[in-house]
Amino acid sequence: MTPAVALPIALPLVGCVVIGGFAPLIGTFLVQKRLSLVGDGIGHVAFAGVGAGLLLHVWPVWTALVFAVVGAVGVEVLRMRRKASGDLALALFFYTGLALGAVFASRTGGLDFETLDYLFGDPFTASAAGVATIVALGVAVSAGILVLRRLLFAVVTDEEWARVAGLPVDVVNIVLAGATAAVVVVGMRVVGILLIAALTVLPVASAQLLGRSFRTTLGMAATIGAASAAIGLLAGRWLNVAPGGAIVLVAAAVFTVVAIRKRAAPRSLITREADA
Amino acid sequence: MRYVALRMRTILSAEHLSFGYARTPVLRDVTLSVGAGEFVALVGPNGSGKSTLLRLLLGTMTPQEGTVELFGESPAAFRDRWRLGYVPQRPALGTEVPATVTEIVMAGRLRRGRWWQSLTDIDRVAVSHALESVGLSDLASRPISELSGGQQQRAFIARAFASEPDLLVLDEPIAGVDAESQRRFRDSVVHLIEDHGAGVLLVSHELSAVAHDVDRVVVLKERVLFDGPPAELASRGVSLGIHAEDLPLWLEELK
Repeated sequence: MTPAVALPIALPLVGCVVIGGFAPLIGTFLVQKRLSLVGDGIGHVAFAGVGAGLLLHVWPVWTALVFAVVGAVGVEVLRMRRKASGDLALALFFYTGLALGAVFASRTGGLDFETLDYLFGDPFTASAAGVATIVALGVAVSAGILVLRRLLFAVVTDEEWARVAGLPVDVVNIVLAGATAAVVVVGMRVVGILLIAALTVLPVASAQLLGRSFRTTLGMAATIGAASAAIGLLAGRWLNVAPGGAIVLVAAAVFTVVAIRKRAAPRSLITREADA
Repeated sequence: MRYVALRMRTILSAEHLSFGYARTPVLRDVTLSVGAGEFVALVGPNGSGKSTLLRLLLGTMTPQEGTVELFGESPAAFRDRWRLGYVPQRPALGTEVPATVTEIVMAGRLRRGRWWQSLTDIDRVAVSHALESVGLSDLASRPISELSGGQQQRAFIARAFASEPDLLVLDEPIAGVDAESQRRFRDSVVHLIEDHGAGVLLVSHELSAVAHDVDRVVVLKERVLFDGPPAELASRGVSLGIHAEDLPLWLEELK
């Protein structure tokens, strides 16, 4: 391959690997918090933001970011104030977001190709500046998570205890919500709003079957996510199918293989029964 | 027990606490204290207000009447939270994502203002000491979901021990736990009291494992029915080795 041909694939590849690596980092904490579907809910809110952006002629990424952050923080606030359970709070924002998206889209003349780009993503339309944004945000969020991982772990594992121990539970929850919103918005150009939540959680599903500690699970989830993104992008290009879909299908295939292999040797199940 | 100082320093005190939901009173005029080096057991039937009292004492809820003081400060103003070791009632068994026993116990070393700093050797020593005192050193690197219920409970006790607390509050730590774990539990709590002079507040249905170590028993049923040494309770014909199911019966007798 000559550099001239390699470049168009190098740029989306970098974007996909970075988003594929850092989305599951956040996803691991969301799964531990039993809020695996929060990314999906935030995605629908972000979709409303895209609609608003198109309507107002503002770059949709900005409006999506505003909507997603408000939605993610809103879910947390409802949950913390005990106005609604995590599930119900999510549903409230999820459906309101979807309805707003539909209303905005109808005002701009229905779903066009640009809207579809946000729903399903297209890494090949990403500009150098767009990929640079992904990389910058990915590095910042990953660094923040790695530095604060013990605090985040303590809070998402046992909120009641963390509160008594004087840990900043509310701040951690808000920060995690903000980071989730950032992942969704950054990822929507690559794998699309509908699939970014999948990329946040699916690699974690595989990693939690393989890992024995939180630390190794975190590392494996990021590795599986990044590898799925790279393989999916290249396979999508090769087979001429939607890269976003191909990436998530690779992540799902990894889980299937891991789950079947674990089924052949369910070590943890055996020991659990023996101890019970 | 061992620390029968003449003037014991009070580290946890509640005075004239009242709390209720709508028209249902949960606690009425509850006064309670725990001194340094003192082992206090709080007993009462289900629905007696034990959980509510605990939340008020720990500061996660505010009383409608009365005051709580943790180390001389109101729970809202109390900043040295590491001095308070807490073992919640049955935390989620296992975790969604694998986590080792050590990772769980390490959380006990998180201190205010240095959450981002890496762990020091002092932290590691404290964690291994905490694991040792509950007899989990051999299982330190195992995922917590592979442990039995009693072993998991001991891991959560070790997390509370890891901060080297001056006051330990435990909510039903030995309910349905195997004999080995109960014995380990008793030894580790007594160690914390004797060697570190910590005060302990134990909420439990089953006191048989610690019947000989408890300094004071507080019987709660909306209000405090009894507050005194186990011997006095025994003189009224109530044994601490009594089985959990019989508890409501002898509570009635106390009235």
